[in-house]
Amino acid sequence: MSEPIDKQRRAFLATASGAAAATAVAPGVFLHAVAQAAPRDSAVTDAVRYGMLIDTTKCADGCSDCVSACDKENGLDMLVKPEGASDALWDMQRPRWIRQVKLKNNLTGRVTTLPMMCQHCEKPPCVDVCPTGASFRRADGIVMVDRHTCIGCRYCMMACPYNARSFIHENVQLKPTAAPRGKGCVESCNLCVQRRDNGGTTTACQDACKQGAIVFGDLKDANSAVSQALAKYPSVQIRADLKLNTGVRYTDV
Amino acid sequence: MKKIHYREWGIESPRYWGLLAVLATIVAVGGFATLYMEHQGHWVTGMTNQIVWGTPHVFAIFLIVAASGALNVASIGSVFGQKMYKPLARLSGLMAITLLVGGLIVLVLDLGQPTRLIVAMTTYNFKSIFAWNIYLYVGFMAIVAVYLFTMMERKANGYSHGVGVLAFVWRLALTTGTGSIFGFLVARQGYDAAIMAPMFIIMSFAYGLALYLLVLMFTFNTDDRPLGDALLRRLKNLLGVFVAAIFYFTVVYHLTNLYGTENHAYEAFILRDGGVYTWVFWLCWVLLGMIVPMGILFHPALGMQRGAITIAALLVVFGGLSAIYVIVIGGQAFPLNMFPGHTIIESGYYDGVDGLARAYSPSLPEFLLGIGGFALALLATFVGVRLLQFLPTSLADEVIDPHAAK
Ligand code: SF4
Ligand code: SF4
Repeated sequence: MSEPIDKQRRAFLATASGAAAATAVAPGVFLHAVAQAAPRDSAVTDAVRYGMLIDTTKCADGCSDCVSACDKENGLDMLVKPEGASDALWDMQRPRWIRQVKLKNNLTGRVTTLPMMCQHCEKPPCVDVCPTGASFRRADGIVMVDRHTCIGCRYCMMACPYNARSFIHENVQLKPTAAPRGKGCVESCNLCVQRRDNGGTTTACQDACKQGAIVFGDLKDANSAVSQALAKYPSVQIRADLKLNTGVRYTDV
Repeated sequence: MKKIHYREWGIESPRYWGLLAVLATIVAVGGFATLYMEHQGHWVTGMTNQIVWGTPHVFAIFLIVAASGALNVASIGSVFGQKMYKPLARLSGLMAITLLVGGLIVLVLDLGQPTRLIVAMTTYNFKSIFAWNIYLYVGFMAIVAVYLFTMMERKANGYSHGVGVLAFVWRLALTTGTGSIFGFLVARQGYDAAIMAPMFIIMSFAYGLALYLLVLMFTFNTDDRPLGDALLRRLKNLLGVFVAAIFYFTVVYHLTNLYGTENHAYEAFILRDGGVYTWVFWLCWVLLGMIVPMGILFHPALGMQRGAITIAALLVVFGGLSAIYVIVIGGQAFPLNMFPGHTIIESGYYDGVDGLARAYSPSLPEFLLGIGGFALALLATFVGVRLLQFLPTSLADEVIDPHAAK
């Protein structure tokens, strides 16, 4: 269950200085702006925490619009299967930042569909284990990988409880400027960080979802759409028992 | 105890160079396999985004674990004051270093970006047990090197005990650190057990001693140096006890897992339904890796035959690799329990639909890299004993312990 935002905010502020310090030492983090149309040259602050609420009742069975939109936004569709690779193996090796999952409740038999991606944990195991600090959490709650310091050890992938990360198994010819990528590094959903830093207010998956199942925004702003929705509907964190305080929440799971 | 003399390994030159050539070829093949994997990317391996650590990690972890165990023989002599083990200490120290180097090289060469090792050495995340392990490994090599020096340089002999104790404490920390790599993975059911760290320590005892015994018997045999029955009996009994201890820990580990309801599915997977992992567990780890060697080592007649001891030690090594395979790869193949109380019926990314295991089949290059690390460790050991005085000229019973002789 999600905590009331206020309590969460206080808990978060208590750890904020630590998070800010961690961000400051991670190289490659610079000029990231705060949400809503902030200029690129102001620092990332912990005055916001980005997150999402996914309404699984709206998520349509068989739809994968969010997946294609993410692939396009982050250049995952530019990757080509290496010559000679087997289709089945390649499908397990190609990166995926967001995916559709369909579940059945073991007791009631009720079926739920939902998109899964990096849950942007407040206490991210991937960051804790990363030997070089390449996995880091920005002050605004976005968890991402610095591709210049990632050595490709995949320890973060071992640690992530949500199978959210991908390793780049092949040479990369084409890459979008928004999402640089390189062979031998790990990556995962970064809540369209390039949009954050350019003042955008949405994510690609949210824009693509015709059902309006994905609401993105600032969890700390009581007036944001996501906060309003969280206040209105019961929601859960996936694997809440791990106490990671995820930034992505779900209704009706 | 008579004065112990040490001499370089005296195997005839053609055999020596032949041996080196074979090992060097295996290392070279492993090197080419690595270049291929790094050039192409990891898509040429069997590793995927679900099974992220594959065969190289099995070999690397095995060698690292065995390295700290190889030092045990020296520790028994210096830390626990068992005189009989003293002459065995130098080889023990050497193998601790060479096995560790072999394992670390495999680990590093499998990185997605091995050339960024310098990054790993300069930007540390002190929360990461992985980063701590880098210190533990480097420190271990340095301390053991100093330890070897205090043993081999007469003027420094007086410090040998102190450094030996330090090395012993350090190796315990090192193995705990290696075990903790898994202990920190809270989301993976197979790893989330307090018993992991002690189990790794006891595994290191057995695997290190098994490799030590093999090298000791081989080098002494090829050089016609006497190796006493009483000493061999002690070492092989010790190996038997260590294997029995792994057996005990394996049983306790699975029993405690069965006790906690949340781990039933994982236990059923390893013990009953896991296909290849279940086979590797029962056949390779339990039967061939523990029960058969224990049977041989504790058998009144077989246990004293050198050929049988060699087979037992080889089986322990094989069982060790199998054990790490089940832990590392089986632990990943078992799907993450993302939605407790639910069954995943469809997934766009291999989340274990209907609880089925995630697929992995080891590829040749991965295997060659792992074997290459093994060969490198042996190569370095054989070069070491040839160049420097690691091996006692005799380990005949009357030499090392006149009173123990029958
Ligand atoms: S979901 Fe996984 S990748 Fe994302 S922050 Fe949490 S542990 Fe890290
Ligand atoms: S793969 Fe990269 S981001 Fe992940 S733990 Fe290793 S260095 Fe850190």
